[in-house]
Amino acid sequence: MKTLASSPGLLFRLGAPVSVILAAILVMILVTCALMASWIAPYDPTDLASFELMNAELPPAFTAEGDTRFLLGTDNQGRDLLSAMLYGARVSIAIGGGAVLLAATLGVTLGLLAGYFGGRVDALIMRIADVILSFPTILLALLVSGIARAIFPGAATAEWAPIILICAIAIHEWVQYARTVRAAAMVEAAKDYVRAAKVIGLPPWRIMLRHILPNVMSPVLVISTINLAAAVLTEATLSFLGVGMPPTYPSLGTLIRIGNEFVFSGIWWIALFPALALVILVLAVNVVGDWLRDRFNPKLRVKR
Amino acid sequence: MLKVLLSRLGQAALVMLVVSAVSFVMFRYVGDPVATMSRENASVEEKAELRRSLGLDQPLLVQYGRFLTRTLRGDLGISYRNQRPVTQLIAERLPATLELVIVATVLSLALGIPLGVLCALKPNGMAARLVQALSLVGISTPTFVTGIVLILVFAVTLGWLPSFGRGQIVSIGWWSTGFLTASGLKSLLLPGITLALYQLTLIMRLVRAEMIDVLSSDYIRFARARGLPSRYIHFRLALRNALMPVITVTGLQIGSLIAFAIVTETVFQWPGMGLLFIQAVSFVDIPVMAAYLLFVGLLFVLINTVVDILYAVVDPRLRARSA
Repeated sequence: MKTLASSPGLLFRLGAPVSVILAAILVMILVTCALMASWIAPYDPTDLASFELMNAELPPAFTAEGDTRFLLGTDNQGRDLLSAMLYGARVSIAIGGGAVLLAATLGVTLGLLAGYFGGRVDALIMRIADVILSFPTILLALLVSGIARAIFPGAATAEWAPIILICAIAIHEWVQYARTVRAAAMVEAAKDYVRAAKVIGLPPWRIMLRHILPNVMSPVLVISTINLAAAVLTEATLSFLGVGMPPTYPSLGTLIRIGNEFVFSGIWWIALFPALALVILVLAVNVVGDWLRDRFNPKLRVKR
Repeated sequence: MLKVLLSRLGQAALVMLVVSAVSFVMFRYVGDPVATMSRENASVEEKAELRRSLGLDQPLLVQYGRFLTRTLRGDLGISYRNQRPVTQLIAERLPATLELVIVATVLSLALGIPLGVLCALKPNGMAARLVQALSLVGISTPTFVTGIVLILVFAVTLGWLPSFGRGQIVSIGWWSTGFLTASGLKSLLLPGITLALYQLTLIMRLVRAEMIDVLSSDYIRFARARGLPSRYIHFRLALRNALMPVITVTGLQIGSLIAFAIVTETVFQWPGMGLLFIQAVSFVDIPVMAAYLLFVGLLFVLINTVVDILYAVVDPRLRARSA
């Protein structure tokens, strides 16, 4: 998950406005909290012994009927909501990061191949990309997870959920990398240093990895920041729809799904706090990503 | 011209072939139809007989050919869960989704165009900056969160609007509409707004970009030099030209809105195609999933192809470039 969002110092040197730097710091704080969930969370939501049904659906501590033991209240099983959210954010960020990593690897590889070799390889890869782009992310992701569900039997689905989710999200996101890297690689491949490398007889893989790749990396990092936000949102949406992370090992999306069932009884906090955390996380990443996109390459502006 | 038309149609046919192949593979290999359809204690001979009668012992290409002919005749199989023809299920759910999409499109245009114009005319004004900042929040807020918040405020706390279902509907032939009753209209409001917000940011940004582009063109400068009133320049001359691409994109987005309605329909328990699909995914109801994929795929390809061909008809430059 090597995105530029995680380095405020670098942003400062690039002349980013205060709001962007604050957003980057916020991303860092949120990611650190999520990664250290097992140390800083007041309770362990995965430990069945730590929560009891008696404490279920307690409102947040700052309301009239709140309990000071649970800062943001408890969920329907009596789990401390704050702890569940910290662990949930860790799951969300891990899956989002995993998806971006997979999409970037796949997209950069295919983009390099298409840009370097051209011809039929290029035509084949780009045609596949066109077909994938003509469908919205959410539909493809649902399809992948639907097929995975049919292949794995019931219990295994829950176990494999993170992997299935990462693949489901990455299947759409690699296209953007492939297109960008292909265009950049085509330009680089025509330059003298690449021609020289060919003349001295270096193998194609070496030219692609050692010579072209370093020169096309900066747009990849910019795309990764924006895609991280998108991936976290897609994961949350899938989990909300009930085809993502199971309630036993919830992500932020799963927590919102659980909370949604209680909204009608006026129990608002189970859905609202995880939703707030999700929006703040994604918004902060987007603020940084938006700025980076304008700073590095105005042509990268795409719709949504 | 004919060349463009043919190549575009060929491309569309290719995409549909890929989609139908994916759909066929799902149909055939995900889960065993024989195991699903035969009795629990069927003997090996009975299963083989069923396999033969379903044509599953034929070569793969023959099976795919049969699948295609069946699909073209509108026979998409029977839902595992509801035990009813899939075509019928989808036709029943179609009006609900389309009405939702229509309401969302109208709402997003009605709000997005004025906001986009505002941002383009005074790009550094307070209002424009606020709208820009809010649009970033809009992109970062998932649809289901918007839906839940709207339900919390307008249905649970204030009690003004219903939070699920279509309310009272009136049937006109096979079409069922919520437009004709008060409760139907009220039920459309919250899901419509939720889906519209997803679209709003896109339209607003697009109008803004196009408008800024048009405003810097020569004929607008000339109109200013002639001393025409700025109201006339902005709305009669500039906006009209800026709206062309907006209309195209809105048309293209209808397909995505139908797919995206899955989320909105789940939040509001809206009985449309999206809810049908998501239920099919969680029950592994393959025929429904395959049919939905085919249907949405067809819709996408249809819209894209028609727009491309219309472009080539309207704009001769495009013809020259691709020929």
